[in-house]
Amino acid sequence: MDDALAGHVKFDNVGLRYGTEPEVLSNLSFTLYPGSFYFLTGASGAGKTSLLKMLYLAQRPSRGAIRMFGQDLVTMPQSRLPELRRRLGVVFQNFRLVPYLTAFDNVALPLRLAGTEEKKVQRAVGDMLDWVGLSHRAHAVPPTMSGGEQQRVAIARAVIARPRLLIADEPTGNVDPDMALKLLRLFEALNNRVGTTVVVATHDVHLLKKVPDSQIMRLHKGQLSDPTGALRYPPLPAGSGSPGA
Amino acid sequence: MSTLPPLPAAPEIDTDDAAPVRPRGRAAARLLPPARLTGPIPWVIAILIALVVIAAAGGLALRNLANSASTGLSSAVSVQVIEPNPDLRAARGAEAAEVLLGIEGVSAVRVVPEAELVAMLEPWLGEGAGSGDVPIPALIDVELSRSVGPADVARIEAALVGKVPGARVDAQGDFLRPVNDALAALQWLALGLAVLVALATSAAVWLAARNAFASARDTVEIMHLLGASQRQITAVFLRDVLREAAAGALMGAGLGVAATWLLGQQFAALGSGMVSGGGLMLADWLVIASIPLGGVLLALVTSRITIAYALKAML
Repeated sequence: MDDALAGHVKFDNVGLRYGTEPEVLSNLSFTLYPGSFYFLTGASGAGKTSLLKMLYLAQRPSRGAIRMFGQDLVTMPQSRLPELRRRLGVVFQNFRLVPYLTAFDNVALPLRLAGTEEKKVQRAVGDMLDWVGLSHRAHAVPPTMSGGEQQRVAIARAVIARPRLLIADEPTGNVDPDMALKLLRLFEALNNRVGTTVVVATHDVHLLKKVPDSQIMRLHKGQLSDPTGALRYPPLPAGSGSPGA
Repeated sequence: MSTLPPLPAAPEIDTDDAAPVRPRGRAAARLLPPARLTGPIPWVIAILIALVVIAAAGGLALRNLANSASTGLSSAVSVQVIEPNPDLRAARGAEAAEVLLGIEGVSAVRVVPEAELVAMLEPWLGEGAGSGDVPIPALIDVELSRSVGPADVARIEAALVGKVPGARVDAQGDFLRPVNDALAALQWLALGLAVLVALATSAAVWLAARNAFASARDTVEIMHLLGASQRQITAVFLRDVLREAAAGALMGAGLGVAATWLLGQQFAALGSGMVSGGGLMLADWLVIASIPLGGVLLALVTSRITIAYALKAML
């Protein structure tokens, strides 16, 4: 399959319900193109987290089809999901750092799980902690770190393996506006310099204007709309001339 | 983070599916908190393994006892010649021995001397056993070249009828049949106990593994979402289960062997010929040594199944 097509995340008429409850997400059809930057917005309870859960493979849809990196997620056996998850980076809303592991070991987790040689892990994690300005806190455990520091550890962990798709759930929810902007610039850098597709869920409308090339997906009562036309037309990936380039 | 430096070079990640994906050694130890099966589980395993060792040692000793009692009797037949007249009894005994020697399959015939019979009966009949007031039958031990069956007894009886009046034939193994049946029942009981205790061990490990998994669920979920495979997560859990089950099994085996040895000493002190046949052989000790290994294996399999089910509930 063509690389650009394989890099797509494609939702086709996807619905999600928990148990026998009514659907929390209905008829979602959209495509995420490689190297693009998306904001996912919507009021609390609109279904943002449920949609993100499907994106980071924590939840299968109740109906519809999802393809990610050329693979059909609905029919894919559970045993093959880890391989796909290693191509994703996730910044969880509450960071979800492992509390008894140091900042260094938390950031190293994706590499160690991928079986990377320990020597390479040491170097890569050191560099990454430098990048997020936390070298001096490498041996601190999360409970002793500030919210901003934990946020940066979570981001370092999400990007250390250079994911093809970065998903961030309200990453600026727990930090001040200045820090929020800095984090956004970090995502932008990853998007521009590495070509990672970025999806940031936020209810902060001010953030949306900060990334000029971004597309906006809006969720309202489980239905998706696309004020920027991102869902109707292939958007131009940031910094390139054609979709999927 | 006030100015954003260039993103550091990407690390080389082995994405080959066939690459070793199981974290080993210290890397694995760093993934989950240590001491997963904390609490009384190693002690519970120790107690259960000790019980299995004692039950198994008892069962094996009973089997040896039954075998030892049966050996030598299975191919032996007793012929009694009941005759109150001592001279006639002696003559008929000799005649019976002659007839017996001519029967096919009979390998040895021995007329038990009267003095030997008196000595055997004295503990029950007192010193008057040899006085002649109590008629003692002539006794002939017959050894066959194979195990005695009902057909052999019938054949010997047929050969003696008419030639030796008052002769009675008994397979010696028949005397011990009730004892053997009781010993067999006790062996089944020991086996049943071992199976029940093994089930209890499984249940204890299942509960412990489930609780350990529940308490580490958040961490497991994070690892899962970061791309840990079921095999990786299971391997990390099994490391701790192995360590704790092995410690428990070793303690239990030590306790069980010590108890078995003490019981063995007590029975040996009885000095009974039959009981001394119930000692444990090298093969029995090997069976006993395999019990803690089996216990550890059982704990690993139970934990693996428990964790696999728990992980299946996660996508």
